[in-house]
Amino acid sequence: MLRSYLPLLILLGISAAQAVGMVVVSQVLSPTKWTWVKASPYESGIDPLGSTRERFSVKFYVVAILFIVFDVETVFLIPWAVVMREVGVAGFVAAAMFIFILTVGLIYEWRKGALEWD
Amino acid sequence: MTLDFASQADYLLALLPEIVLSLWAMLVLMVDVFQKGNRVEASRPVVAWLSLAGLVVTAAANGWLLTIEEAAVTGMVAVDSFRVFVNFIVLIAAALAILISIGYLDRRGINRGEFYALLLFATVGMMLLGAARDLILLFLALELMSVALYVLVGFDRRDPRSSEGALKYFLLGSFSSGFLLYGIALVFGSARSTNLSAIVPLLPSLQESPMFLIGAGLLLVGLAFKVAVMPFHVWTPDAYDGAPTPVTALMATGVKAAAFAAFIRVFAVGFAGIYNEWSVVLSWLALLTMFGANLIALTQGSVKRMLAYSSIAHAGYLLVAVLAANAYGAAAFLFYLLVYTLMTAGAFGIVIANSRGANELNKLDDYAGFGWREPLLGAVFSIFLLSLAGFPLTGGFIGKLYILRSSLEAGNVELAVSLVLASVISYFYYLRVVVVMYMRPAPAEEANRTVLLTGPGQLAMSVSAVAVLALFFVPGWVLDVAQRSVASLFTVPGTFFGLGP
Repeated sequence: MLRSYLPLLILLGISAAQAVGMVVVSQVLSPTKWTWVKASPYESGIDPLGSTRERFSVKFYVVAILFIVFDVETVFLIPWAVVMREVGVAGFVAAAMFIFILTVGLIYEWRKGALEWD
Repeated sequence: MTLDFASQADYLLALLPEIVLSLWAMLVLMVDVFQKGNRVEASRPVVAWLSLAGLVVTAAANGWLLTIEEAAVTGMVAVDSFRVFVNFIVLIAAALAILISIGYLDRRGINRGEFYALLLFATVGMMLLGAARDLILLFLALELMSVALYVLVGFDRRDPRSSEGALKYFLLGSFSSGFLLYGIALVFGSARSTNLSAIVPLLPSLQESPMFLIGAGLLLVGLAFKVAVMPFHVWTPDAYDGAPTPVTALMATGVKAAAFAAFIRVFAVGFAGIYNEWSVVLSWLALLTMFGANLIALTQGSVKRMLAYSSIAHAGYLLVAVLAANAYGAAAFLFYLLVYTLMTAGAFGIVIANSRGANELNKLDDYAGFGWREPLLGAVFSIFLLSLAGFPLTGGFIGKLYILRSSLEAGNVELAVSLVLASVISYFYYLRVVVVMYMRPAPAEEANRTVLLTGPGQLAMSVSAVAVLALFFVPGWVLDVAQRSVASLFTVPGTFFGLGP
């Protein structure tokens, strides 16, 4: 059974060797000259302003979490919408429960003031 | 009423207690957030009492489960009396945790409605864990329980030890979840099903399959982590020590009860066909846990850490009951689990009581004179400690006796002998606390220290202590219930620990 996957393994090996090989060969053969301009993040762009390790408001973090909630909701609801007629009442009830629980979470966030920027 | 799970609606009935408690936890969250909005202030006492009411209603729904039967033992969710018994233990553990957290949370400035809501969600996870007859449901239940607990352990986020415990528990816990999931994947890969009832008939052919055995081994590691069996226990002392004490009580009792119930369902019942394979591994783990945990507990200067190691040692004793893998073992397991829940939650409740200001006094020396200063709590604590050690006149003694009996019945003589020897070691560190409490005078400046366990907590501790004693004098009917509860898992022999059929 596993034998039929052998070509796949060979393909995997060749492509891995090729990818690694190209990087190694270009490292070995190319001349390397280090200059300040080359080492900057955007070689032909604007000079960077200050450090990237800045502190920023926790509000962004909250927004990111809120986004994930709705993101996951979309991931589950779109497939359900596609097969809505096939899965029938049971599917509808299951989706309704899911939305109900998310709504409780949303109400909690709203009352906690997580939806307000200030 | 008989459920055959032909219609999806049957699951709504089979999962009624869990559904009720989930909705109730959301209600608790909503009541708190609508009352407080985004103001940072302590929750009203009504939130705690509402949570307790939710547990009572859930217990009623759980009792109602006894009136329905399942058509076959193939469903994803087990509807049997074993599950009902485990659910009751989990609900008792959650109720004790809530009762001792009243007042305690205010003292530490972490009285938030989310605490109770998360505690109830964790309880739902534990209940599902005891019901899972499908490995996917087992994993989901374990995660539901764990994710809520990770937050609860770190609930006092300004306390570095609480955060440290939470981080350790989270990192190692998610790692062990990975083991568990990988085990489930390998079992599914070789058996082509995650449903235990579908795997059981295939066991004779799978016995030789390395993939299946590795999968079962990884499952064992994942579950052993959750019940804190040595050498998968390293997170336990720090997480138990750092967590708010009611959470520690819940982790030491409810979590252990639920994960051990899953152990019984998956290994003692489901994988009974490969008993010879897993029993070797588990026997060594049980030996290591019993001796290792008791020896380390000897060296602990903090009573809370000592109780953490004591709970690890008790996981070893319970493993002996799992290893018996017969009806005696399962009934002894349920009986001991009940006693263990009462005495361990009770002991952690006393740890809360002995404190000054917001600081718990956990050191052994802090208990000097405690027995004379607080006659009621001192007596109650002594009962719990003696029961944990397994002294006669306490339920712990009877529980250990039943485990020994089941172990001998299964022919595991060396495990039974080890259990007795390990218990003898444990006498020292349990009795040391009692000795310090009564025989060492309290330092003079601490004579007027107040005890910070509120009325409901003191009442709960006293009732638990009376129950622990009662389980020694009249163990019969609890054992009778436990015996009938395991009837759906194993064929029960005619006489049972000397009791008639």
